Amino acid sequence: MSGFTTLLMRDLRLVLRRPGDVGVVLAFFVVATVLFPLGIGPETNVLARIAAGVLWCAALFAALLSLERLFAADYEDGTLDLLLLAPWPLELAALAKCLAHWIVTGLPLSLLAPVLGVAFGLDGQSLLALGATLLVGTPTLSLIGGLAAALTLGARKSGALLALLALPLCVPTLIFGAGAIETLAAGDGIVTHVAILAALALVALATTPWAIAAALRQAGE
Amino acid sequence: MVPPLLEVTGLSCRRGGRPVFDRLSFGLGAGELLALTGRNGSGKTSLLRALAGLTPPEAGTVSWRGVDVAEDPETWRGRLAWLGHLEGLKGDLTVIENLGVAERLRGGEAGDRLDSALVALDLTGLAAREVRTLSAGQRRRTALARVVLSQAPLWLLDEPLNALDAPAQAAFRTALQAHLAAGGLAIAATHAELGIEGRSLELGPTRSSTS
Repeated sequence: MSGFTTLLMRDLRLVLRRPGDVGVVLAFFVVATVLFPLGIGPETNVLARIAAGVLWCAALFAALLSLERLFAADYEDGTLDLLLLAPWPLELAALAKCLAHWIVTGLPLSLLAPVLGVAFGLDGQSLLALGATLLVGTPTLSLIGGLAAALTLGARKSGALLALLALPLCVPTLIFGAGAIETLAAGDGIVTHVAILAALALVALATTPWAIAAALRQAGE
Repeated sequence: MVPPLLEVTGLSCRRGGRPVFDRLSFGLGAGELLALTGRNGSGKTSLLRALAGLTPPEAGTVSWRGVDVAEDPETWRGRLAWLGHLEGLKGDLTVIENLGVAERLRGGEAGDRLDSALVALDLTGLAAREVRTLSAGQRRRTALARVVLSQAPLWLLDEPLNALDAPAQAAFRTALQAHLAAGGLAIAATHAELGIEGRSLELGPTRSSTS
């Protein structure tokens, strides 16, 4: 088994041992999302119009909740040193950690969002589009969030710093993710939006592992 | 004269703007142990981290068989076994899972060696226990078992005897002696007597002389 797979499986196994950590993230997503229909009232037209924006924002905040511990746990127990000293590229380790984060947060959020979309009165096509855009867009959130987590490693109030760093960088993904549903409502296709989301994910994939590795090396000094 | 396997030349390190050690030079051959001694803050851990490549030195080189390790850091990292002041263990994984993961992260497969490492540090009875349920000494033994398991030629150890009781210290000494007898090298930062014949290097304020 390669170092990449070993690290990925280790992180997934750690999540399985403490499922409550992911449960809190998903519960936050559900609660934050459900508050809107309760607060705004049962006006289906209004809810359907804001649904994509609300669900995308809630997904972003939920993903950020769990990112603070992405590297902090390894930093605190000394396993980060072992990753820094592993005889294979640290960039791959960064990628494995972000992939594990996506599998336990981005993927469930993408599957859960269409279910919650029903409460906003979204039609079947919009629900599918919501799930699809989140599936393509949430890897970017994990990668950018991973970079912010690495840059704030060891800093005081790292959670707030992480959000300040990551949120502006996630704005393009948020705009095109939420915009896809509005485009669909206007009678157009979402292919362009999904393609842009995929392009953003590829750019993040091509750049963030190197930046994360550099930040981790700096934190390990 | 046989050239040393590990050669440190003119190594300097600064932390927070102050020099920790300056132009440090020494060599270490097969089967040799170097104990780093000195007061708290004298730079023992900084030297270990600089040797491992975790902290880039301000100046100087570290060579292995005459080749600067900076030329191929991945190969260099494969030659190291690291024990820091933190154990580097996951509390939610068992002893055996921690050791298996650590060895695979190093690019190896523990296989039958896993049992030998567990026996060496008297961990067989604890193999299935989650690390968070272990005492400090038992966690230290698990981290030492990871070092034994690695089969790396150079062991870098930061206070290896920390939290170990007398039988565990004896087990560690036996494992270290076997490593040295097999031609391995070890550098250990320590406040306690290691109880094994070897060289020592006392670090102090801006240490610049050789051992």
